[in-house]
Amino acid sequence: MSASNSFSASKLLKSLMIVLVMLIFAFFMVPFVMVVINSAKTSKEIIFNAIALPQSWGQLFTNIKLIFTNSTVDYIGAFWDSLVITFFSLLVIVVFSSMAAWVLVRNKTRWSALLFMAFVAAMVIPFQVLMYPLVRWMRVIGDSIGFKLLGTVPGIVFAYLGFGCPLSIFIFHGFIKNIPYELEESATIDGCSKSRTFFSIVFPLLKPIMVTVLILNGIWIWNDYLLPLLVLGSSGPVQTIPIAVTAFAGAYLKQWDLILTSTLIAMLPIIVLYLFAQRYIIKGMVEGAIK
Amino acid sequence: MKRSTLVNILFLAPCVFAFIMNIIIPFGFGLYYSMTDWNGVKTSANFVGMRNFAGLFSSPDFIYSFLITIFYTAINIVLVNAVSFALSLIVTSKFRFRNFLRAGFFIPYLIGGIVLGYIWQFILNNAIVAIGNSLSIGFLKSSLLGKPNTVIWIMSLVNTWQYSGYIMLIYVAAIQGIPASLMEAAEVDGAGYFSRTFKILVPMMANAFTISLFLTLTTSFKQFDMNFTLTNGGPATRFMDTPIKASQLLAMNIFNTATANRMAEAQAKAVVLFVALVLVALFQVAYNKKKEVEL
Repeated sequence: MSASNSFSASKLLKSLMIVLVMLIFAFFMVPFVMVVINSAKTSKEIIFNAIALPQSWGQLFTNIKLIFTNSTVDYIGAFWDSLVITFFSLLVIVVFSSMAAWVLVRNKTRWSALLFMAFVAAMVIPFQVLMYPLVRWMRVIGDSIGFKLLGTVPGIVFAYLGFGCPLSIFIFHGFIKNIPYELEESATIDGCSKSRTFFSIVFPLLKPIMVTVLILNGIWIWNDYLLPLLVLGSSGPVQTIPIAVTAFAGAYLKQWDLILTSTLIAMLPIIVLYLFAQRYIIKGMVEGAIK
Repeated sequence: MKRSTLVNILFLAPCVFAFIMNIIIPFGFGLYYSMTDWNGVKTSANFVGMRNFAGLFSSPDFIYSFLITIFYTAINIVLVNAVSFALSLIVTSKFRFRNFLRAGFFIPYLIGGIVLGYIWQFILNNAIVAIGNSLSIGFLKSSLLGKPNTVIWIMSLVNTWQYSGYIMLIYVAAIQGIPASLMEAAEVDGAGYFSRTFKILVPMMANAFTISLFLTLTTSFKQFDMNFTLTNGGPATRFMDTPIKASQLLAMNIFNTATANRMAEAQAKAVVLFVALVLVALFQVAYNKKKEVEL
């Protein structure tokens, strides 16, 4: 009798745990559900009932079309610019940071130790200290030598290289340290030049850690707001998705049908990418965090 | 010059150049501007010494932002780490859908602060109010973001929603690093679930707790995006007989000061933020050193 009692007690506890876990999971998922169901409503429908299912899912496509054809905010343009900026920033960050990290690891001089220290120490500096002087400095460069950094794609990609390289160099540095030097040594003996040694021997070995660097920087750059706002401006020719979303929210105050649809479109690409590359993303994030 | 030295310099050049142009030079200017009367309108800036800093600690609006940021950071550290630890226990248990749950808990981290700020603003201002009205629950009938006393807690809750999935991954990695034989041995010896968790698991995860603690601390201290789109600093309240914004964290205070063209003052506030973060970093380094010695 007592055995069966304790059995049902533990079973009850187990069911309670499952309910609790499901409630927690619901808390994490409800915001996404809210976005999806309200993106398929008209503004009136949302005011009338924000938590009901939409009357017709066709409204979702009407809302998406309204956003893509909007005259005040060029959403498609912003989407494209975000893609271009993220792509080129990641490209230069991965190539140049790995090159720098390799030189810093393989040259055991006082200078390389000092330079590495400078990169690591700079990670403490909050963006708030740099942002306004940076804009002023970029304007000075544009006015004096005519190379426009403000409001241009090369300008913001250059800025992302500067802000992204300290952490990326740090991560690459830790990985390259554990690559046996003998590999490169034998290549050099065989007459391989120094730069070729890097690109044909070391660089391919960096693939696993490259995923970490790409994901950490990719999530940051795609979602970043303040740097694009300051470098590109809120109404310049080049825009990014977060700026377009705030422009939408500013122009259509409380028109939640349009604001929520624009947030849905903003987060869709990254969630779809996540669903396909989930294993790599989670692994990359863990490695990035622990280092 | 030797050929290999030339290659070294060429390999370092792109990063070092971008680093100097975007971080070192603006940082130098940033420190200097905090001691000038730079206002963003006129082109020149005159040196005024420490005047901007002296003004900060008698300005109610800055003191409030500073204190509320510390408060916000403190509750975040507790909430985020408690929730993430619970999540990490769930996704490392024998629960059938653990991988599915782990993937789901991480999704909020992928959404940028700007976008999720609007989403939660909608949920808190519209959806929850709608529920409160239809079920006649008094305190939900008006937005929780509209009350000066609750707004920081709500922001912390949203932040927990965003960051827990990420911190959870750190704890999961730590749990998976603990040999399974150890936990099994304790189970055989009759240790219950809770004593296994808190007497073996938690002490062995000390390192993961330190990492997560400092990560939560620094990100909370620099919080801007979500603050900007969720509350924009509101609602209005009073502090030291002055009207101020109840949820204006430090980073947002800096942003709003600069938007009002008080550039030098904003720069001085940013330097204070920097000094606070340096102190945290130094403390972390010292703490880690001490722990390494103990091991």
